[in-house]
Amino acid sequence: MTRDNSIVVEKLVREFRKGPRAVDGIDLYVAPGEIYGFLGPNGAGKSTTVLMLTTLLPPTAGTARVGGYDVRKDGPKVRSVIGAALQEAALDPLLTGRDHLRLQTMLQAIPKAERKPRQEELLERVGLTDAADRKVGGYSGGMKRRLDLALALVHRPSILFLDEPTTGLDPQSRTALWEEVARLAREDNVTVFLTTQYLEEADVLADRVGIIDHGKIVAEGTPTALKEEIGRPSIHVIPCREEDGPRILALLTRFGERLGDGRDLAVRLRDGIGMVDVIRAMDADGVVVDDVELRAPTLDDVFLAKTGRTLEGAATGEDEAASR
Amino acid sequence: MSALPTQIGALARRSIMRTARQPASAIPPLVLPVALLLLNSGGLKASTELPGFPTDSFLAFALAVPFIQGALFSTMNAGTDLARDIQTGFFSRLSLTPVRGSALLAGQITGIVVLGVLQAVFYISVGLLLGVRFAAGPAGIALLLVYAALVAVGFGALGSFLALRTGSGESIQGLFPVLFVFLFISSMNTPRNLIAVDWFRFLASINPVSYLIECVRSLVITGWDTQALALGFGIATTLAILSLAAASWALGRRLERT
Repeated sequence: MTRDNSIVVEKLVREFRKGPRAVDGIDLYVAPGEIYGFLGPNGAGKSTTVLMLTTLLPPTAGTARVGGYDVRKDGPKVRSVIGAALQEAALDPLLTGRDHLRLQTMLQAIPKAERKPRQEELLERVGLTDAADRKVGGYSGGMKRRLDLALALVHRPSILFLDEPTTGLDPQSRTALWEEVARLAREDNVTVFLTTQYLEEADVLADRVGIIDHGKIVAEGTPTALKEEIGRPSIHVIPCREEDGPRILALLTRFGERLGDGRDLAVRLRDGIGMVDVIRAMDADGVVVDDVELRAPTLDDVFLAKTGRTLEGAATGEDEAASR
Repeated sequence: MSALPTQIGALARRSIMRTARQPASAIPPLVLPVALLLLNSGGLKASTELPGFPTDSFLAFALAVPFIQGALFSTMNAGTDLARDIQTGFFSRLSLTPVRGSALLAGQITGIVVLGVLQAVFYISVGLLLGVRFAAGPAGIALLLVYAALVAVGFGALGSFLALRTGSGESIQGLFPVLFVFLFISSMNTPRNLIAVDWFRFLASINPVSYLIECVRSLVITGWDTQALALGFGIATTLAILSLAAASWALGRRLERT
């Protein structure tokens, strides 16, 4: 019998005392073997959702089934089929990488004879064999994240939760982690629920993306479909002289609706308008610019279209989990 | 589900390794009580000339104090370690495994007990090296180790309770001086019957720490004193039961997992 490694969430709510609803009635479905990117700014409700789906926080209302098990009623069964790397690699700086894996294999009830081979296999897989006997306190951010991932995989989970796994990592470490996550989904059919603040991460890695803001899912679909929904490209202009800004903006708004805050000279082009139309108009008006750029829609554009803010601007620096 | 002893063993091993790898945590509970012992036995030696003082060796009299001081240090270290686990998310990592709540607590406390017994061996060795003769003999020393384990359970569970309630290592460190006050208003430096100041004698008499110290002291300088042993073991057992109950309750509150 094939193991059900889907995630089904219906009207899930989490309220904190003296606070707004951190998660406000979300519905979502993650298919087996899919990488689902949960995108949103800090404080949007991403981590709270992960805590509920991993059974660490009881929902206030709604239902969620993870791997076929109810997160409210079947906590131990849910935990047996999931692996999780939560925000900030939760490691003990005084233990070595191998110590961590030894502890995890024991607590995950891996049979004694299999513990050591499993530890070695995972160390090899995340490229930490050489550093296995060094204390984690001396690891780089990327090494900690890789060890965190290895620990989450000890008991061969069929569903993996990764809460902002690449925050603070250098581009090389980020790419290495993406490759490993993609491999898990592709080769091992592991379902991956990944929260991120990084548009690029969601774009590159996720099969489907859910955008959460103020505890509600405001958009959901494949990155391509979401961007196609926005459809039209935008045009961005850098003037030669700053005082020409208002004049250029007035010209641009003849071709589409304005984007961004007051300093940006950018519009989303209306249907049927091309870059050439804008440049001809600038020529005709004698406008001199430093640069003109045509941009295809991004997930940030999707976020902007759905929430009225850019993802970067929406980030408040508050962490929802920390406010618990 | 992995067997409870395996879970407890794994967590206790980690607790001991952590302490062993932090000289700043491992050394003070050993060195500071012994340093104070040596300082006091030099400076307060004249106390032994008081009529009715139970021994002519202040070192033998004061040897009981490091046992409780060491336990207080262990309380702080155990609590701080657990609070750090909560703050860093390591506690959540453990909560995601099939580990039982009871194993989380028992593993932590087992580690503290092992360290508490090792501390006791160290204090006893220092005493023997400095010429203290244990009136209760080898059996008394063995009982002293059992007592050290019991005291470590009580204080370790207290530290765990504080960590689980506050989730903050700083809060635990802030409470440390409060716990130390109990030590200073006890019979640590003078037998209760020889404390001349009435209010101090009263406080020392109602302070359970006095009886914890006097239990050890009886084995060192008196021999087999049933009343002192009963009071010491009784209080240590009560402390252990109450602290474990409080820590279990706090663990249930902290561990919200379904």
